[in-house]
Amino acid sequence: MNNSVAKEKIISLRKKRSLEDMRFKYYGFTAMCLSLAVLVFLLYTIFSKGYTAFQKTIVLLEVDYNQEVLKLTPDSSVEEMEKGKFFRVKKQAIENFFPDLSKSDIKLVKKLFSINVDNEIKDYFLDNPEVINTKQQIWVTAHSDVDQLLKGNSRRDVPEDRRKLNDIQLSYVDQLVEEKRVKQVFNNFFFTKADSRHPEIAGVAGSFMGSLFTLFTVFILSFPIAIGASVYLEEFAPKNRITELIEVNISNLAAVPSIVFGLLGLGVLLNVFGLPRSTPLVGGSVLALMTLPTIIIACRASLKAVPPSIKEGALAVGATKTQAVFHHVVPLALPGTLTGTIIGLAQALGETAPLIMIGMIAFIPNIPTGLTEPSAALPVQIYLWVESAERGFQEKSAAAIMVILIFLFMMNAIAVFLRNRFERKW
Amino acid sequence: MFFWSLVLIAVGIFSSFIYGRSRIKLNSKKQGTKSKSLPNYYAQYVLIWCLFPALIVYFSWAIFQEQIIQNIVISKFEFIEGAVYNEGLLLAEIRNVANNPSFADGKSIEIINAASHYSSLRQISQISFYTSIIIIMLLGALYASQKLKPEFHAQHTIERYIQYILIFCSSVAIFTTIGIVFSLIFESLRFFAEVSIFEFLFSTEWYPFIPIREGQTAAEGSFGAVPIFAGTFLVMVVAMCVAAPLGLLTAIYLAEYASKRVRKTVKPLLEILAGIPTIVYGFFAFVSVAPFVKAFGQSFGIDASPTSALAAGMVMGVMIIPFISSLSDDVINSVPQSLREASLGIGANKAETIKKVILPAALPGIVGAFLLAISRAIGETMIVVVAAGTAPNLTGNPFENVTTVTVQIVVALIGDQEFDNPRTLSAFALGLVLFVITLFLNIIALQIVKRYRERYE
Amino acid sequence: MSNSKILANGVDVYYGSKQALFGISMDIKEKEVTALIGPSGCGKSTFLRCINRMNDLIDICKVSGSIKVDNEEIISEKTDVVSLRSKIGMVFQKPNPFPKSIFDNVAYGPTIHGLVDSKNDLEEIVHSSLKKAGLFDEVKDRLNEPGTSLSGGQQQRLCIARAIAVNPEIILMDEPCSALDPIATAIIEELIDELRLNYTIIIVTHSMQQAARVSQKTCFFHLGELIETGETNKIFTNPDNTKTQDYITGRFG
Ligand SMILES: Nc1ncnc2c1ncn2[C@@H]1O[C@H](COP(=O)(O)OP(=O)(O)OP(=O)(O)O)[C@@H](O)[C@H]1O
Ligand SMILES: [Mg+2]
Repeated sequence: MNNSVAKEKIISLRKKRSLEDMRFKYYGFTAMCLSLAVLVFLLYTIFSKGYTAFQKTIVLLEVDYNQEVLKLTPDSSVEEMEKGKFFRVKKQAIENFFPDLSKSDIKLVKKLFSINVDNEIKDYFLDNPEVINTKQQIWVTAHSDVDQLLKGNSRRDVPEDRRKLNDIQLSYVDQLVEEKRVKQVFNNFFFTKADSRHPEIAGVAGSFMGSLFTLFTVFILSFPIAIGASVYLEEFAPKNRITELIEVNISNLAAVPSIVFGLLGLGVLLNVFGLPRSTPLVGGSVLALMTLPTIIIACRASLKAVPPSIKEGALAVGATKTQAVFHHVVPLALPGTLTGTIIGLAQALGETAPLIMIGMIAFIPNIPTGLTEPSAALPVQIYLWVESAERGFQEKSAAAIMVILIFLFMMNAIAVFLRNRFERKW
Repeated sequence: MFFWSLVLIAVGIFSSFIYGRSRIKLNSKKQGTKSKSLPNYYAQYVLIWCLFPALIVYFSWAIFQEQIIQNIVISKFEFIEGAVYNEGLLLAEIRNVANNPSFADGKSIEIINAASHYSSLRQISQISFYTSIIIIMLLGALYASQKLKPEFHAQHTIERYIQYILIFCSSVAIFTTIGIVFSLIFESLRFFAEVSIFEFLFSTEWYPFIPIREGQTAAEGSFGAVPIFAGTFLVMVVAMCVAAPLGLLTAIYLAEYASKRVRKTVKPLLEILAGIPTIVYGFFAFVSVAPFVKAFGQSFGIDASPTSALAAGMVMGVMIIPFISSLSDDVINSVPQSLREASLGIGANKAETIKKVILPAALPGIVGAFLLAISRAIGETMIVVVAAGTAPNLTGNPFENVTTVTVQIVVALIGDQEFDNPRTLSAFALGLVLFVITLFLNIIALQIVKRYRERYE
Repeated sequence: MSNSKILANGVDVYYGSKQALFGISMDIKEKEVTALIGPSGCGKSTFLRCINRMNDLIDICKVSGSIKVDNEEIISEKTDVVSLRSKIGMVFQKPNPFPKSIFDNVAYGPTIHGLVDSKNDLEEIVHSSLKKAGLFDEVKDRLNEPGTSLSGGQQQRLCIARAIAVNPEIILMDEPCSALDPIATAIIEELIDELRLNYTIIIVTHSMQQAARVSQKTCFFHLGELIETGETNKIFTNPDNTKTQDYITGRFG
């Protein structure tokens, strides 16, 4: 009697316990799915906000390349043509954009066009100088406000005073759409131009190059130094206090917040050594110091993985220790080190705060061509665009994020490839 | 200019190598003895003596040339009485005119003079640069060539040099730490010369906007960092509330329940999460989460600001999830299998085993992981810069706008930096606090984890 | 006495605080094969590694006593380890070719020692070393393939060729056949027999038969001590020491 009660109790308890077990497992599963869901949501947000930036809106404009207006002749030299009065041609074209525009409307219509239209008119002419004294229909870039409106990023149902485009402008845009004088095409500016105050002609080319130069600096500095340090610590260093100090130092540096490295760059590289501000040289140096621990850890691991018998073989035929290490051990550790380096570079590519500290946040409207030229960097460019009040920059920032993520993805793919291709099992 | 000097150096090292090689062969033939090392080592010896002095010259020129020239130009500049100059703009103008004479139109005569002064100095500098590089390379080669005798053991010397280079590489880490500590402390001392350290640590008023007009003192701004510390703490707490349970549960699931295939797919995905640049998280917080938090708050009648501790903290928590999960995963996996078997052996189910046996055993390691995560959260910058706000606000309400240490560092250094102004210097004092706290957390965490590892090894 | 190549006298070796060899004294004659035998862990490898100072690689290992090679002391700070090692080749228990081409494996030693002046000379040395190691015919068409792609026995002969290429006077072999099958073992044993004409060879082996087949002298180690040394014939037929007797008849070890 008693016995069966106890048994029942145990059975019911067991049921409860197994339920509890299920629940716990379910919690874990939910947590994992939640984390992954956030990842998906994040990527979705970026894509949905950003894909429109790869398109731009262009408008068909009839331009009259009249030689009087341009102050050119059919046989002007190229240099003279460069100085032609294209802004006057543009003004004329806009005045005739719609029939019978009043003075105030001309002003409004003018705001539908990008500031870059002058250049486009000029470039078209320089490419086809024979069009002088003819009327040409050319597609020119629309203003960001028009672009955003047509992409549906800015809404037209808000009160007029909270819109970039007023009712008259809206009606003109609608007319353009109706007459098929506006369309959307691939936004080449995004990939060929540097930053700009005007969203429609802002691109990532400048910051991309800046990032490339920065990464180049990081690689040039950190790769050899990391290898030197790892080889020393792994193969030569005597076991003493100083070696221990170096090891502790390296592991602590790995945990120092990146912004502190920025302060180091500002306080020492800029203020003490007087290196040029805002340049990939300084940015790269700071990031190199930051990446160093990552690469050293990878390099030491791959040095450790080389079996000692290889080194012994070399020593046994009379190689010195230096020869044995540099002829046999280091080459075998290189692929692993390179993999670690690429992963370190990928981290460096995404670092923003240290670059802000050393001034790579300045507005740089041209594409840098060297290490000592002021330039932007991709993550800082994203920051600038995120912070910008202008609507048109938001899609730009999301698109720039896509660029940086693809860049990162490729770097990691290369690292994985290297690992699979060259990793040796001893 | 520097391209051609690189070519020059390249030619120098190439010819020094050839020279060293042929010279030692000649010498040993003359003496009729075999040289102690291979000819290549003698060649490398000459090369090193050629290259290193040249590199030193090269870098000192690259670093200091512009500085020195500008200083000379400015010191000789004929300032007009009463006019106000901005040195940076002035220099930029002078350089522009010097580089591009067509800009000279309409510039004042002083500027044009200074520009020509600048150009001539640059020319002098270039000529002396090339001559000194050539001379120093020749001197180096000359010194080295005296040693090119068969009885000289070049290989030993080269290997010693290699040791020096390796030691230098290893000490870069030490130099970096010294550099960090030096710059933080040095600038912080300048800051604390103007602001009392007690005010900084204990006062609750952060108003770093010091009027730049003459006659006004630093005392008019106030530098009580308590609201900043509180904001940092609040964001960190929110982040940990998100990351700790999610990260830990994910780790437990992956380590104890998940099949091999799930582990193999989920781990790389979590690594993606870890590899996303923080500015991307900032964007995400700003564009998606902050508006959501605001709407959510308003639906409960709480007036949420567009940027809030909650939005920043939640996204920061997501950022930290993979960090916690991978560290905890390691820790859980290092709990000996025998403990698991002992518990399962007496009929405990998995959940009980995890809760009663594994987690208590792994606790120190997990605590260590959490401490590391906290240090990460405190040092994280871009998410909070974009999504937490810049105005100091002493509050415990996560729907409000707060600011953090890292944000204030960025804010203080964006725009004009004036190193005689406590506002700029405050960045370094805040940086010092940040550095000390994160270092402290890390040392403790590593100690805990280490002791934990020792227990099971 | 006149043709003694290696003369060890009272060699003690410590690993940390643990003593591995106790006062080993030994006289090894030129152009002979000497076999070191003894149970596992008795210090044969340790002694072998003293002769070319390989023990320097182990931080905790301390060697004292005297070993003279060609009447020159080698257990001393002043010894030029590098030239010592180029005079004393070593073949390891597990074949350890460099992960480079077969050619480069053999060419490495001569190159770093500057034994050759031209490509032709180098090729000459590589070929002749491979021939001496009895490997040439098997690999002559694929000298550029990695050394690690060879079979175990071939790899071991490659390591022997690598050791011979620097023209050493002594070759140390630490259980060179332990990873090989009987046929490869037979080839290596044959090879040792030929090499004896030009080199002094010391070989560690666990196989009594092997020791009996290839060596002229045999030394029996036990627990870090050298128990008995003498003509191989004598040791295997009529040892003085009962421990030796026990070991070779398989009563322990
Ligand atoms: N690197 C080392 N560190 C510490 N002790 C060692 C080391 N190498 C060898 N020993 C010790 O020295 C003693 C002799 O080792 P040794 O390798 O010379 O033996 P052996 O005779 O070659 O054995 P085997 O036949 O198994 O190869 C052993 O007790 C071993 O434990
Ligand atoms: Mg052995």
